[in-house]
Amino acid sequence: MTLAAALRDRDVAQLPSRRDEDWRWTDLRALIRELPAPSPTAAAPAKPGPFGDLGEAEIAVVNGRVLGDAGLLRLAPGETRTLRLRFVSATAETAHGASLSISLGAGARLTLLESYEGLAAGYLADANLAVDLAEDAVLERIILAQDDEDAVSVSTATVDLAPRARLAQTTLTTGAKRQRLETRVTHPGQDAAVRMDGAYRVRGRGHADLTSAVNHAGADGTTDQLIKGVVDDQARAVFQGRITVSPGADRTDARMGHHALVLSDRAEVDAKPELLIFADDVACAHGNTVGALDEDALFYARQRGMPEDVARAMLTEAFIGEVIDRIETEAVRERLRSWAQDGRIA
Amino acid sequence: MLSINNLHARVAEAEILKGLTLDLPAGEVHAIMGPNGAGKSTLSYVLTGRQGYEVTEGTATLDGEDLLALEPDERAARGLFLSFQYPLEIPGVPAMTFIRTAMNAQRKARGEAEVSAPEFLKRAREVAGQLKIDFDMLKRPLNVGFSGGEKKRMEIFQMAMLSPRLLILDETDSGLDIDALKIVADGVNALRSPDRAMLVITHYQRLLDYIRPDKVHVLAAGRIAASGGPELAHELEREGYDKYARAA
Repeated sequence: MTLAAALRDRDVAQLPSRRDEDWRWTDLRALIRELPAPSPTAAAPAKPGPFGDLGEAEIAVVNGRVLGDAGLLRLAPGETRTLRLRFVSATAETAHGASLSISLGAGARLTLLESYEGLAAGYLADANLAVDLAEDAVLERIILAQDDEDAVSVSTATVDLAPRARLAQTTLTTGAKRQRLETRVTHPGQDAAVRMDGAYRVRGRGHADLTSAVNHAGADGTTDQLIKGVVDDQARAVFQGRITVSPGADRTDARMGHHALVLSDRAEVDAKPELLIFADDVACAHGNTVGALDEDALFYARQRGMPEDVARAMLTEAFIGEVIDRIETEAVRERLRSWAQDGRIA
Repeated sequence: MLSINNLHARVAEAEILKGLTLDLPAGEVHAIMGPNGAGKSTLSYVLTGRQGYEVTEGTATLDGEDLLALEPDERAARGLFLSFQYPLEIPGVPAMTFIRTAMNAQRKARGEAEVSAPEFLKRAREVAGQLKIDFDMLKRPLNVGFSGGEKKRMEIFQMAMLSPRLLILDETDSGLDIDALKIVADGVNALRSPDRAMLVITHYQRLLDYIRPDKVHVLAAGRIAASGGPELAHELEREGYDKYARAA
């Protein structure tokens, strides 16, 4: 049951629904009665995307069709590259899907600036990425989702790591009518490393779902995950993080943190952090908190002269800022700094 | 400057202040001493407008203006500063950013121009030097991982930067060793001026050896039980609060 299969066969019965445990908080079947018409071809957008001109080249995927050289996503051993990968939905009330492969040869290094850009209302979009990292390869993947508030959007990445490879990922999203950003990692251990961060700022009636699964199949691997989010109004956020430590994956070091601020009585956060450990001698920890802004800190800031809205904005930005701080490429980190303030890029 | 008349206040259902009257003229430093539970911290929170502290009777005015009708930030913009007994940790906000945001918010409320970055930095370096605060500490998230003494020093730093007119020091001496106490007291004394007033809340007389008050008030059971000169603090140190607690 996937959105890709439903789009391929034009069959709503194949949409993921609450009957799948992994989709119970992001039910597409109940939401979509009828699939919208397939999206027409569309030209590459004239405006630059949220990453501006960072990086050497851009690959746009508009209404599900690749415009540009997808071959750039295959890096030869030792190559280094920074690319913008823009998934653009340009036509209202239509549906499209796309599949891409990314491969990094041994020791290659890719900074991938991946954006989801809604330039129309009410579309249905699906994206699938198959990512393969050879030994010692490094992928820093920054995902910025700016879907339309009436859109339904799903992105799924499947990442395969070789020994000593490293995936450093940061996902920032403001949600959609229903949106899911999912990453599944096969982790070989053997000094491979994963950082899987994310932040959500959802308001209105928005919905954002950050789902990840990391499967440690071999010994001596690390996974470090920090997800932070803020929900307001009637928004809903979902975090599902699963780290599996398979038999034999000894000395795995896995840490998971998910912390959410709920700013309104009608907003909701559903969190399912899971550590499934079938090996010995592992260091695993997880923390999960959902709460309001600290009233004491708020009063402290107000006593110093900050009006309530200023104090709230400062504390919220600081809360989200911790995720931005962990982005490794400085130019990207600075560009995304303003996102922590209000979910926009200045 | 500060005029409190027959102030009654409660927290949850318990009445803590029961008719407190106090007059603090500009240029003076008054100490408020009292046993635990007398209402010392409640007084500081009522004056600064913390949620959950409900005034049921009486008035508090700053230069004739009704303090109790103002939001906490409006009180701050009019020059009221509280040095917290337990300063809060603010993760993710560098001390400098926090203070500059506060300063500019106050200036905006007063219709003044924002402080420029170089101007702010220059002033911060000066004040940090006076208070023997490592400048690098100001780049760290405010109070996060700071020792008790560092936090108190950071309160005085903020106070000196924001330059308030009415200063309330709530148990500023707690958690300070003698060297830190001297530095903090020097910082406070440097702010004494004819157009400022200070309310020094303390449990012990020790702080008052360094910050010499013009008047000492004993707060017991929610009201001022006695007032006198600096000698009253010494008497309390010798004899304790028993007689006031009993009288109340």
